[in-house]
Amino acid sequence: MKDTPLANCERDFLLKAFEEKKRLDGRQTYDYRKIKITFGTDYGCCFVDLGKTRVMAQVSCELVAPKDNRPNEGILFFNIELSPMASPVFEQGRQSELSVKLNRQLERCLRNSKCIDTESLCVVSGEKVWQIRVDVHTLNHDGNLMDAASIAAITALCHFRRPDVAIQGDDVTVYGPEERDPIPLSIYHMPISVSFSFFQQGTYLLVDPCEREERVMDGLLMIAMNKHREICSIQSSGGIMLLRDQVMRCSKIASVKVSEITDLISKALENDKKARKAGSKCGFAESIPQERITALKMEGTPVDVEGVTERASYVVQKAGTPPQTVPSPVVPLPGVGQVGEGIHSTWGMEEEEEENNISGDEEDKVIQMEVDKEDSKRGDVVEISDSEEEEVVILNPETPDKTPKSKPPSSHQKVAAKTKKKQKK
Amino acid sequence: MFSRLKDKVGQVQLPGDEFSWEAEDTIPLTDPVRPERVVCGPGLRRSGDRLLVCKSGVLRHKQPNVFWIDSQQRRYVPAKGETVIGIVTAKSGDIFKVDVGGSEAASLSYLAFEGATKRNRPNVQVGDLVFAQFIVANKDMEPELTCIDSSGRANGMGVFGAGGLVFTVSLGLVRRLLSPLSEIRSDLDQLFPCELVVGMNGRLWVRSPSIQQTLIVANLLQSCDSMTAPQRRELFRRVQQGAL
Repeated sequence: MKDTPLANCERDFLLKAFEEKKRLDGRQTYDYRKIKITFGTDYGCCFVDLGKTRVMAQVSCELVAPKDNRPNEGILFFNIELSPMASPVFEQGRQSELSVKLNRQLERCLRNSKCIDTESLCVVSGEKVWQIRVDVHTLNHDGNLMDAASIAAITALCHFRRPDVAIQGDDVTVYGPEERDPIPLSIYHMPISVSFSFFQQGTYLLVDPCEREERVMDGLLMIAMNKHREICSIQSSGGIMLLRDQVMRCSKIASVKVSEITDLISKALENDKKARKAGSKCGFAESIPQERITALKMEGTPVDVEGVTERASYVVQKAGTPPQTVPSPVVPLPGVGQVGEGIHSTWGMEEEEEENNISGDEEDKVIQMEVDKEDSKRGDVVEISDSEEEEVVILNPETPDKTPKSKPPSSHQKVAAKTKKKQKK
Repeated sequence: MFSRLKDKVGQVQLPGDEFSWEAEDTIPLTDPVRPERVVCGPGLRRSGDRLLVCKSGVLRHKQPNVFWIDSQQRRYVPAKGETVIGIVTAKSGDIFKVDVGGSEAASLSYLAFEGATKRNRPNVQVGDLVFAQFIVANKDMEPELTCIDSSGRANGMGVFGAGGLVFTVSLGLVRRLLSPLSEIRSDLDQLFPCELVVGMNGRLWVRSPSIQQTLIVANLLQSCDSMTAPQRRELFRRVQQGAL
């Protein structure tokens, strides 16, 4: 998709604002946007937020054959993915000029500065070495992708742990994280890229340009430096002439910024280490910031809480004790429970008697049968199990001594009674 | 269905929610039969005898029977009659190509300006801002803009933009700004004098006496997107007291 073009008035406005030392988001000339570093669940996964710019780096490793000219050195591989998710301008799967430029700059910043001990990545000289692959994905583009990518890549490399290996004769054994603790990479220093944008042929200089500032700028200077103030790479693009003292000034600013960012990274790494050790929540689900739309939220209802306690106590005093009412069930006959307000029984006395008899017989039989069963199973009887006929149903739990054992006539008893009646007839 | 819709007015709806005919929607025999008709606005779609929600947002209602979903989207879809802020991207022959933030660039005839004739061409450069109205906007044709109304007057439209800042906000905020009794606008009035051009495509253009003030207004409006009314009032009050 084509990008939104830049309007002339926007360009004029921005340049006029820079003359007055004002920036779009209220920053000062040398200010960075807010940097936030979070880690994923796995080792070697790192998210970096630089204002609205968001970048993810993932480190992975693989055992490969080394290059012929360097038989005992591991391989570092960098890849920057500019996905359409970051900006509609980026196209899927095609190497654009920007991605080549960023990739090259990241390689120069991290590989050529020899910040990682590649010799320690050698397993068997000339045969097997570790290839460390760093994938940087852009998640949102709001300018200064390079700085965000460099911070993400070096932090992910510091966070990464490779599996331990053991060599016995010709066999190479790779241990999983359960068998042996993974080993961190040996990192000598942390190069961090700092971008400077120039306006009006180098008259004005800004640190950490946002997307609109990048569109207006005439030239860009990227300095990669570590906290020992060693310049790891320096690149100027946009074709503007820079004076010597301008470059000197930039490198001085860069050294300050780099030491700040390095402190931030080490603090983030330490926090993550602590969190992992304590076993508390760390990882992807935690790292996602909760961005809620608050515009649709319901407003709180104001409640008058003045004098609530007095009123409550007054109410309690006034109310007094509730009358003690004990629900007492009317028990017409012992052995009969009451459900609701019953009306007079219409069953004839004879039948009732019969029913009782029959049910008694049945019960005895059932119990005996069960006893027999138990006998046959175990040999000696310990207890007679409570069958469903023996179940006690308490209808009014508040007066347990008044309610006697009551048996709801089970269905098969009724059926039995009826059959008996029929037989009688 | 009417009662169901009315129950949900002011509540958040999500795509996939649906309203269907209910048992109590039967026509009463005693009352005079009046067919129940519902007019659906953006975010609601009819499918058979069901009414589906296809955007996430708050269900709104206007008397007597208009319903729509108030969403926070940023992608603009051109609609006929709407006024937008466009950026001229190309001059080709007798039309200008204008970027309005839609899926396709709109075309603007050079005769569609006030007082323009074949010999008297308007002075429009690539990169200029134009405030224009859609006269053709449908899904099968290239959208077309004009900078004059039906009587041939500019009526506020045309090339503008010197000394101001253009920025993008959500379409919901634009509609809130344009509503007749807009609270945001009245809050903004109390801060400092500023000129504001509001395009229905989510672009706003601001100009104030000083650059600092323009930047403040732009940042305030951008942050209004995700704030409740009390939060906004608080912020505006703070700006009025302290920031300047």
